[in-house]
Amino acid sequence: MTSLFIKSIKFLVGGAFILVLAIALFGSVKGVIYEPPAETAEHMMHKHPEPLKLASDGLLGKFDRRQLQRGFLVYKDVCSTCHSLNLVSFRNLKDLGYTDAEVKKIAKDWGTKQPVFDEKGGTWGERDNVPSDRFPKVYYPGTGTPPDLSLITKARHNGAAYVHSLLTGYNEKPSAEALKHFPEFAKTPDGMHFNPYFANLNIAMPPPLTQDGQVNYSDGTRATIPQMSEDVAAFLVWTAEPTLETRHAAGLAVLGFLIFAAFLTYGAYRSVWAGVKH
Amino acid sequence: MSFPWAKHYEPKHPLMQWVDSRLPLPRFVYNAVGAGYPVPRNLNYWWNFGVLAGVALVCQLITGIVLAMHFHSSAAGAFDSVNVGIMRDVNAGWFLRFAHANGASMFFVVIYIHMFRGLYYGSYKAPREMVWLLGVVIFLLLMATAFMGYVLPWGQMSFWGAQVITGFFSAIPVVGDWVRIWLLGGYAPDDAALNRFFSLHYLLPFVIAGAVILHIWALHIPGSSNPTGVEVKGEQDTVPFHPYYTAKDGLGVVVFLIAFSALIFFAPDLLGHPDNYIPANPLSTPAHIVPEWYFWPFYAILRAFTADFILPAKLWGVLAMFGSILLLFFLPWLDKSPVRSGSYRPMYRIAFWVLVADVLVLGYCGGSPAEPLYVIVSQIAAAYYFAHFLIVVPIISHLETPKPLPGSITEAVLAKTGA
Ligand code: HEM
Repeated sequence: MTSLFIKSIKFLVGGAFILVLAIALFGSVKGVIYEPPAETAEHMMHKHPEPLKLASDGLLGKFDRRQLQRGFLVYKDVCSTCHSLNLVSFRNLKDLGYTDAEVKKIAKDWGTKQPVFDEKGGTWGERDNVPSDRFPKVYYPGTGTPPDLSLITKARHNGAAYVHSLLTGYNEKPSAEALKHFPEFAKTPDGMHFNPYFANLNIAMPPPLTQDGQVNYSDGTRATIPQMSEDVAAFLVWTAEPTLETRHAAGLAVLGFLIFAAFLTYGAYRSVWAGVKH
Repeated sequence: MSFPWAKHYEPKHPLMQWVDSRLPLPRFVYNAVGAGYPVPRNLNYWWNFGVLAGVALVCQLITGIVLAMHFHSSAAGAFDSVNVGIMRDVNAGWFLRFAHANGASMFFVVIYIHMFRGLYYGSYKAPREMVWLLGVVIFLLLMATAFMGYVLPWGQMSFWGAQVITGFFSAIPVVGDWVRIWLLGGYAPDDAALNRFFSLHYLLPFVIAGAVILHIWALHIPGSSNPTGVEVKGEQDTVPFHPYYTAKDGLGVVVFLIAFSALIFFAPDLLGHPDNYIPANPLSTPAHIVPEWYFWPFYAILRAFTADFILPAKLWGVLAMFGSILLLFFLPWLDKSPVRSGSYRPMYRIAFWVLVADVLVLGYCGGSPAEPLYVIVSQIAAAYYFAHFLIVVPIISHLETPKPLPGSITEAVLAKTGA
């Protein structure tokens, strides 16, 4: 009797799990039949970002420094009012080709100052930024907290393309078909803006790039809206991973070496095993 | 134990003679991974993966120890110390971090192949049960280590992953919530949890290393099995580990490093989740909480249990998830067939490939949002998973007529190479 129990315990345990799964499955199927999952607004209207090509893409991608400088100007003149860049330091801007003196000036002139605590007075004050400071945090009184942008292109799927599509996606409207299902999208709630690239479709950020020439480019590039948006996306790829070029270059050397080593080890393997059938 | 024809260590250099007569470590190494260890001559490339797992472990230890030198284990400082300190300021810190994060993925790729190799070739059967049991222990330790490591950078998925996984313990009847709070050192993951995870994440890899030594020790008692599953019968069936398998494993290691480097240098974020680049925020739950890819099959099993039946659904899910791994401990006794290799077992072989497909389907569902379609597919796939181990394998080991086995390893080799 006990040995029969021990022999069949596997079937009992297996049977128990399968029975419970069958009951769960029955419930799920019934659920789908009686309450078919409703079409969601996100499913109907959300769009994946349009493809964007940048110089930093691909195995050998390198940053386009002039584009990064333009992108930095867009960030400085437009985005920085609301979004911080707190993982980046002013000194890092030297990577973009700015000189020490230029970096110093950028830091000093930066609109948001560094908070300092006066120990004696017990009060908070401010001082100008210096190159060794991180970009200061931005305190934003409006609805929603604008995210820090340092890592934004890594923190979203297909990040650079996402930023570009989001910034240029404010003109799109829900389709007539979508509005039939979700009439509430005919009018965007106050303080919100429809944007099909944003996960929730309605975004609190007002369109930041509104007219050509909004940012003063000094390198002769025409500052159209798509151009500014692409430039700032490229800049944010750099802020998310300033070491990207080193990574690509090191990767090439490492792979080159390993492929060479693969030939050697394959040769060693063949010669060691020569004459031994296996 | 070793085969009687195993070569004996004879140190030539006086220094080695001096060392060996005082501490026979050179002899030990020689007998473990040198010319003193006879190995079946017919191992295929699937037998490379044990060594590759060892290489992955060493890579994780080295990169991890250096990363720990730069990591701040506090809820306020962890994200910054990783994403600014290590990624931007530490020399080659980005390399260490990408190598460690992708190293975990490579480790699991290698381990899953290693385990499925064991399943296909019946490596878990007598006399290698202990090798298999230690392997399952290693696998459990590895999962715990990987989970705790993922919490350390304190991104959104770190935090919410910790929240979900420690939530399993609250499924324990009566004392569950209390156990969870005790484990976390608080009501939600915070400094206390982060610090103990860091401490354990540093400790467990060394426990794994110890278990690996036992694993290989246990393996060296009977010696490696082989693709025919026929035991070694004589000297002609084996070759010395060195130089034959050092050469073959050397090639395997280089190919492994090529795949590993391609990930590190050219697609370092491919297997990660974008949300983990957002600092942990206890007030904002991500739209979809998903663990790392290597946990997806188990996550699918957990989520497949949606019905309360005697026990609450959540408890069933947790039991099934742990059960799906713990049942591997019983496998050597569930599979009664005396034939090891799947190549000679027509029915088992089909069941094996169905299981592979089933686990891939579970993985796909576990990585997808918990929408009804995925839940339904997971429920069917999870049922098959349990059926495979607890019902199908025990039954076919009685029903099946195996194909005739070759008389010896050498006979099989000569038949294959046409001599
Ligand atoms: C850190 C993790 C691990 C390491 C370093 C490791 C290492 C090794 C090595 C070096 C071998 C001999 C070479 C080979 O057969 O590939 C081996 C064999 C074996 N391993 Fe592992 N292993 C690990 C994890 C596991 C796990 C998780 C399992 C199963 C749950 C497992 C099951 C086995 C079995 C059954 C064998 C014997 C294979 C045979 O001779 O047919 N190992 N392991």
